[in-house]
Amino acid sequence: MTFQLTKEQELLRTMVRKFAETEVEPIAAEIDQTGEFPKENVEKMKKLGLLSIPFPTEWHGAGGDNVSYAIAVEELSRVCGTTGVICSAHTSLCAWPIYHFGTDEQKKKYLVPLLNGEKLGAFGLTEPNAGTDAAGQQTKAVKDGDSWILNGSKIFITNGGMADTFVVMAMTDKSKGTRGISAFIVESSYEGFSIGKKEDKMGIRASATTELIFENCRIPAENLLGVEGKGFKVAMTTLDGGRIGIAAQALGIAQGALDKTVAYLDQRKQFGMKLKKMQALQFEIADMKTRVEAARLLVYSAAWKKETGQPYSVDAAMAKLFASETAMHVTTKAVQLHGGYGYTKDYPVERMMRDAKITEIYEGTSEVQKMVIAGSVLR
Amino acid sequence: MKIIVCVKQVPDTNEVKIDPKTGTLIREGVPSIMNNDDANALEAALKIKDAEPSTHITMVTMGPPQADVMLREGLAMGADEAVLVSDRLVAGSDTWATSNCISAAIKKIGDYDLILAGRQAIDGDTAQVGPQIAEKLGLPQVTYVEDLEIEGDKLTVKRALEDGYEMIEVKLPCLLTAIKELNEPRYMSVPGIFSAYKKDITVWGAADLELSADIVGLDASPTNVYRSFTPEPKGKGKMIDGDTPAELVSGLLSELKAKHLV
Repeated sequence: MTFQLTKEQELLRTMVRKFAETEVEPIAAEIDQTGEFPKENVEKMKKLGLLSIPFPTEWHGAGGDNVSYAIAVEELSRVCGTTGVICSAHTSLCAWPIYHFGTDEQKKKYLVPLLNGEKLGAFGLTEPNAGTDAAGQQTKAVKDGDSWILNGSKIFITNGGMADTFVVMAMTDKSKGTRGISAFIVESSYEGFSIGKKEDKMGIRASATTELIFENCRIPAENLLGVEGKGFKVAMTTLDGGRIGIAAQALGIAQGALDKTVAYLDQRKQFGMKLKKMQALQFEIADMKTRVEAARLLVYSAAWKKETGQPYSVDAAMAKLFASETAMHVTTKAVQLHGGYGYTKDYPVERMMRDAKITEIYEGTSEVQKMVIAGSVLR
Repeated sequence: MKIIVCVKQVPDTNEVKIDPKTGTLIREGVPSIMNNDDANALEAALKIKDAEPSTHITMVTMGPPQADVMLREGLAMGADEAVLVSDRLVAGSDTWATSNCISAAIKKIGDYDLILAGRQAIDGDTAQVGPQIAEKLGLPQVTYVEDLEIEGDKLTVKRALEDGYEMIEVKLPCLLTAIKELNEPRYMSVPGIFSAYKKDITVWGAADLELSADIVGLDASPTNVYRSFTPEPKGKGKMIDGDTPAELVSGLLSELKAKHLV
């Protein structure tokens, strides 16, 4: 057994941290306030290969691995939760299902531009009446000659307003329940496709979370992703991997809040001494640090299992459950340890606390993760 | 075009703290980085390569085996090849001995049009090694390069001086030393990181370069650092208050008179 990152993974962390601290952190507070999608930084990330990490070079991927990908999302989220989820949604939820389920033609047409920096991706599963109950899809796809015609809408779609390529689930046969769902690749330029309401969120405020609307949206037959009627499997398998991304995001937010708190305790004086000299606060830091490290091990272990071809669904669920709850716990403590200042926008921890909350909700709530985990134990 | 870039691994001085009792640097736990000016030199080479993709960039460094990480970083930024000169015999070399070593490595590489180096390293601050290499290779050199343009085998170089600039034309092959104003070094790319470890780094020892103990290493070094210390901080200045220029001047004069300076 080894707990050692490879030299590539270490070097990647150095690179992403430098990028995150130089380019991402300086605008994190501003985009949180304005809700404006960080276009320029996303362009820079595309050019540097940060949106193509765990894919082979033959498809214009960076030739990296899933642990490296988790490290990258962690490091981006350490300074900005929004930027972390933009990377995660593009990589895990759009590029990955096309890589895994797509034909060579689909990969050439859609995966390559997602990996070489031309296009941004997103994923559409959630609907107003199909959240945790993802099987309750109401978006319909009807075959019409050489095409499918989509009608319906999706909500809460990360990167929604900014993406070029979408992986979208729709009912192709309502009578079959989950076995009547199919996955499609949709281009933002298709007629009948439009972006609806942009959500005004508590946290990760700049990730362009929008509604997707399909009104007689005609999709070429060859854009069916995987097999007709197997879309639910595409979605669930995709979310298994996506959870590693969100777990890494949560881990990064927690680490960021811990780092800011450590710096604050070293600077803030009360009762004639630095806060870091007070044992009650030292013990809080010890607890935060321990939780963050435990989360890190779960996240990297799930990513490593995915990388090495082992089953990882339950590991990803445990990583996401624990890392997201760690993020919530650690950021709440971070605000507490900053006192009144922590409650203001002069310090980043209040933003981190708001950003942390979503990690317990999206890509499967904590309750869904518990269903997955319990289901694997209590057969 | 074939370019050689001289690089050095140094402690990240932004992270270095000074022991308040002894006044010496605390190096423990300090990360090592590519020297800042050297990263500018590498970036200049990479820009030439961006414009002319057939350009081949070889990095050369002298240092312990751990310098491998810095060379991988350079490869991940886009350099093609790296040479590490590492040998116990060269340890403790001063600038003269170091430039003997590096110029021997460059001679062994042999085929080059341009050599780029950083102005100086942040740990030693001598700014001597680059110019010495040029001397030992018999090459023209331009130091403190803030801008450069290539036209055929001719370079037009903007050389920064304390009180102005010189515009210098120089023919290839030559050696330039870069300052931070020359450019903004790029990030490593993610694909670059994963291919960097697939490349071999050439490691040469003293024997490979036919270097002997009379020209490299601590004993061969004509200069020797016998003490390093932190200069005593200057005392706080005194601000003179006053509402009018006349008041300020008379306040200043009375201070100076009290100290018998005027």
